[in-house]
Amino acid sequence: MGSRCLPCQAVFVPPRALCPRCDSSAMEWQRMDGRGKLVAFTCIAIGTPAMLKLGYGRENPYCTGVVELEEKARVVARIQGVDTRNPGTISVGMPLRVDFLREDGGSGSRTVLAFKPLTAG
Amino acid sequence: MRKKRKLSRGVALVGAGMSQFGMFRDRDSKDLFLEAFQAMIASVDKGLDPADIDAFYLGNYSNDFFVRQSHWGAILSDALGLVPRPATRTEGACASSALAFREGVFAIASGFYDAVLVGGVEDMSKGATEVVAEGLGMAAIPYERDVGFTFPGVFGTIATAYFDKFGASREHLMNVTIKSHDNAARNPKAQLSATLEDVMAAKKKRAESKGRTVPDWPDPKAFLRDPRANPVVAWPIHLFDCCPISDGACCLLLVGEELARNFTDDPLYVAGIGQASGRGLHASEDLTTFEATRYAAREAFDMAGIAADEVQFAEVHDCFSIAELLHIEDLGFFPAGHGYKAVEEGQTRLDGSRPINTSGGLKCKGHPVGATGAAQIFEVWTQLRGQAGERQVPGHPRLGAAQNLGGTGGTSTVTVLERR
Repeated sequence: MGSRCLPCQAVFVPPRALCPRCDSSAMEWQRMDGRGKLVAFTCIAIGTPAMLKLGYGRENPYCTGVVELEEKARVVARIQGVDTRNPGTISVGMPLRVDFLREDGGSGSRTVLAFKPLTAG
Repeated sequence: MRKKRKLSRGVALVGAGMSQFGMFRDRDSKDLFLEAFQAMIASVDKGLDPADIDAFYLGNYSNDFFVRQSHWGAILSDALGLVPRPATRTEGACASSALAFREGVFAIASGFYDAVLVGGVEDMSKGATEVVAEGLGMAAIPYERDVGFTFPGVFGTIATAYFDKFGASREHLMNVTIKSHDNAARNPKAQLSATLEDVMAAKKKRAESKGRTVPDWPDPKAFLRDPRANPVVAWPIHLFDCCPISDGACCLLLVGEELARNFTDDPLYVAGIGQASGRGLHASEDLTTFEATRYAAREAFDMAGIAADEVQFAEVHDCFSIAELLHIEDLGFFPAGHGYKAVEEGQTRLDGSRPINTSGGLKCKGHPVGATGAAQIFEVWTQLRGQAGERQVPGHPRLGAAQNLGGTGGTSTVTVLERR
């Protein structure tokens, strides 16, 4: 979910209570369709403490990236279903769809925003 | 809307000193700061009576986390014998002491004080690498950290955006690293004071003495391409694209412009200062530029009444090699997308048209985060006064700049110093 500013129609994910463009606080909820494209990415070999606990590391890097949604808002997310040991196979601009993850965030289970290639099963 | 800024009283830099940068098991913030303070006093040509210091501004990011002790302004003030004069700490992540410098400039420009000590310190090496990474991560944007971004990860992401937009590659990042090592080898205070050829020779010797297969790298790029020598951290960022974990301190002495000649016949003047804030990865419309750096540069250069190309050399915030490319473009030294070509052509080398990070940069001089902003200004001071020895920028430069970044672009500052 994101928010849409009623006066200027700008869309924000995560949602904002105050529009940084026009200072309006008149916002409505906006549901995202969950499709977008990869703007930029990285494959992390030395991860955050929470990711190391989940078993990610040098031999098993994870991918994070910036995704531009069809609604034009940009989000940061985990990118699943890509070959993180061969980052050359991952390309900027590739179409993605949302694929939420449940994982242990250190203080219990949580939902993580994730995407996978549109072509993946 | 943006007006040209000016100081209501001119401010001069008349003393500067830094500690050795490195990882020191047996030296804490107080030891390092005293070393920098004594070096600063020794640098004041006509002498300084510490009793003449009116106030103290200290940049420190997170000794609270790194060594479980906060309130370093007062602690160091006591150690230096400055009590009861006021001590104020500033925090702006890796730009903490650039913010202290600005506060010092404002305090003198307002006429409130005549002489101000500006310092920066960080003591990062006492904990495990994961602890340091966690401490630095506290300056990242929570939304980004929660999906698994690390600092190298953020800069790796910026690098893929830059590569995609401008056709650059990892090979171009290597050019930045090679230059940083070449410069640092001429800087005795640098943490990694060695060329990559030196690093390669040491590794070969070590393999030989341990009876292992001696690696055969024909040149520094072959070394940097070897995943065993230079492993990936957050693709395309590898180990040698990253600054080290560092301890260090730096001290600067600012005075009212009309008082400068009481301290030295060779003062430097604060020609321009700029500071701006930026946003996170997801909120940035273009990942190949730091909005805050562009704004801070415009503000500083407008205040100095100069164009970017009049700045003869600069220290820029190269926490990761890719950041140096963005910053030399955002400062206006090279057009967008041309920074990597300029580095490849040698334009940013010591003998190039626009030397960048003559100190070795954060990559090789070291990056004790709270000390970095002040230490960049220390390098500009050293160069403008012709005291940089083997790494001296030729032609007796008159204008130099320092650009300091906090977090992943949340804070950026630009300072222009001038020799008149």
